[in-house]
Amino acid sequence: MSLLPTLLIAAGEGGGLHYPSIEDLVEWPGIPAWEGAFYDFNKIAFINVLAVILTSMLFIFSDTKSLVPRGFRNLAEMAVDFFDKGIIGQTIGHGGEKYLPFIASIFFFVFFANIFEVIPLFHMPASARMATPLFLGVLTLVFFVAVGLKHQGPKYFFNACFPPGVPKPLYLLVAPIEFLSTFIVRPFSLAVRLFANLLAGHILIVTFGVLSITLFTASALVLILPFSFLMLCAMVGFEIMVSFLQAYVFAILAAVYIGGALHPEH
Amino acid sequence: MSVTQTLATIAQTLPDGAGVDDAQNIAAAQGAGMAYGLAAIGPGIGIGYLVGQSVQAMARQPEAAGMVRTTMFLGIAFTEALALIGFVVFILLKFA
Repeated sequence: MSLLPTLLIAAGEGGGLHYPSIEDLVEWPGIPAWEGAFYDFNKIAFINVLAVILTSMLFIFSDTKSLVPRGFRNLAEMAVDFFDKGIIGQTIGHGGEKYLPFIASIFFFVFFANIFEVIPLFHMPASARMATPLFLGVLTLVFFVAVGLKHQGPKYFFNACFPPGVPKPLYLLVAPIEFLSTFIVRPFSLAVRLFANLLAGHILIVTFGVLSITLFTASALVLILPFSFLMLCAMVGFEIMVSFLQAYVFAILAAVYIGGALHPEH
Repeated sequence: MSVTQTLATIAQTLPDGAGVDDAQNIAAAQGAGMAYGLAAIGPGIGIGYLVGQSVQAMARQPEAAGMVRTTMFLGIAFTEALALIGFVVFILLKFA
C-alpha cells in the first residue's frame, strides 16, 4: 500500500476525512418559498441568469457609436475577429458571417457558465448540471436543422441521411447510422462533453479542497498539506483553461454542424 | 480480479454485521474505477498521436497552423468524448 492512502486512512480514523457525497457537490437548495413552482430558483439558475446578463452586457456595451474603439469595444472587436477568422473562417467558410452572433452568444454563454467554477463564493459551474448543456445541445440541433431547411429545403433530411459516393446497397446500412449520428448523437455528445468535463473539474477541485482542509491539522500530516494545496492552485488554473477550451470546442462544433447544414456534400 | 470474485472475497472477509449493501458498494466502486481506467486508455493514445501529428504538421508548414489547430481541436473533441463517456459511466456506477 502506498503512502498517501495509508495516511488518509489514518486521518480518517482521527476524525478527519469526510468526502461529501455527489448530491452535496452538485445539488443546491432552492428558495424555500418558491419550492416546487415553475419559477423555482437556486444557485444553478442564478449562475445561468448571471451568464445570460454578462453575455448580453458584452453585446450591449460594445455597441458604441464612436469610430475609435475603447473599453468593451476593444474586447468585442478582438472577439469578433477571433470568431470570424478562428472559428467561422475555418469551418463554415464563405457565407458563414451571418451566423457569427449565434456562435458568439453560444461561446460567451458557455464560457461564463463555466468560469463560475473558479470564481470565489460561487465555485460551481452551471454546466455541471445536465440541464444547461443539454439545453444548449438541443438549441444547436434546432438551429442547424433550421439552417439546413432554409438553405436546402426539405431535401436537407435526405441529404443528411444519404451522403454521396456510397455504393447503392450500402445505403441500407449507412442511412440509419447517418440519421442517428446527425440528429441524436450530435446534440447528445455536445451536451455530454461539456457536462462531463465541467463535472470532472468540479470534483477534482473539491477533492483537493477537502484534502487541504483535512490535512490542516496539528499532526505530522500537515507536512503533506503544501503539496495538496499547490495541486489545488494548479487545478484552479487548469480549470480556467478548460472553461475557455470547452466554450471554444462547443462553438467550433456548432459552427461545423451549421456549415454541414449550409453546404450539402457533393 | 473480476467483480464477482471480488464480491465473493468480500462476502467471506466482511464482519458479520456488514450487509449486502456494503459488499455491493465496494464492488460498484471497483467496477467504476476499472470502467474509467479502461475508458481512458484509448483516448489517451488517440489524443497523444493526434496532437503529435498536428505539431509535426504545424512545424513543417507554419502557414497552415491555423487550419491545423482548428482541425486538431475538433479531433480532440471527438476523441475525448469516449473518455468522458467513461467518466459518466463511472459516476453512474459509483453514485446511481
